[in-house]
Amino acid sequence: MKETASSLDKTFTALADPTRRAILARLAQGEATVAELMAPFDMSQPSVSRHLKVLEQAGLITTRTDGTARPRRIEAAPLSEANAWIERYRHIWEDNFSRLDGVLNGLAKGKKNK
Amino acid sequence: MKPLQLSTPTETTIAIQRSFRAPVPDVWRAFTEPDLVKRWLTGPPGHTMPVCEIDLRVGGRYRYVWSMPEGQMIATGTFREIDIGKRLLNTEVFDFAPDNETLVETLFSRNGDETIVTLNMHYDSKATRDAVLETPMEEGLEASYRNLDALVDATA
Repeated sequence: MKETASSLDKTFTALADPTRRAILARLAQGEATVAELMAPFDMSQPSVSRHLKVLEQAGLITTRTDGTARPRRIEAAPLSEANAWIERYRHIWEDNFSRLDGVLNGLAKGKKNK
Repeated sequence: MKPLQLSTPTETTIAIQRSFRAPVPDVWRAFTEPDLVKRWLTGPPGHTMPVCEIDLRVGGRYRYVWSMPEGQMIATGTFREIDIGKRLLNTEVFDFAPDNETLVETLFSRNGDETIVTLNMHYDSKATRDAVLETPMEEGLEASYRNLDALVDATA
């Protein structure tokens, strides 16, 4: 499924915040409840909940119901779609810079021949 | 040598960093002399840069014209700040999106025998930034990937 521009928008917005990236990194190790997420970040519950809402709206995390607990879990698909876009852009610059390596080698050789 | 690092530090920026096994003056030249720039800043496969004009002074303009299978693409801009061998600050506008102006900062720093280049691209909005990430000459790249897929399928 190809992501629409607006869903990529939400993914990048979600990722643009360091706290949200850290929350995702923590969830990548395993699901966690709001209480479990609050502790390492020294944040209030409303703050964490706000971040979780952004992540949920971007489809990056989902909530599971486990009795009274509602652990959050990371969802891989949107992240890998966003990653694919970034990777393609990165690929173009890698190509550019590979050619630049060649140009720079040429300059160095030119000096040696003088 | 550090490989290319790409990040999106804020909603409206893309940051790229790469080191090169060459002294700073050579790398500076490769970024500012038209005959050198047109040899590497060509983008996806199948593209060339037939026109490259650079008037390297504050207030000076530059013009890049790329030739692609699907037509032509032109980027122009003005140099705002120039700190020789250290920093370039210039605007960048593409012909297909004349209302979107990007501010590009290029930094050069020495790291032993190598040069670290940092490109900070400041877009005018999140929409523009995301559009750049989403469709950088996407057709050309997609076509390349499709060709590769076909080749893999044919040889499987």
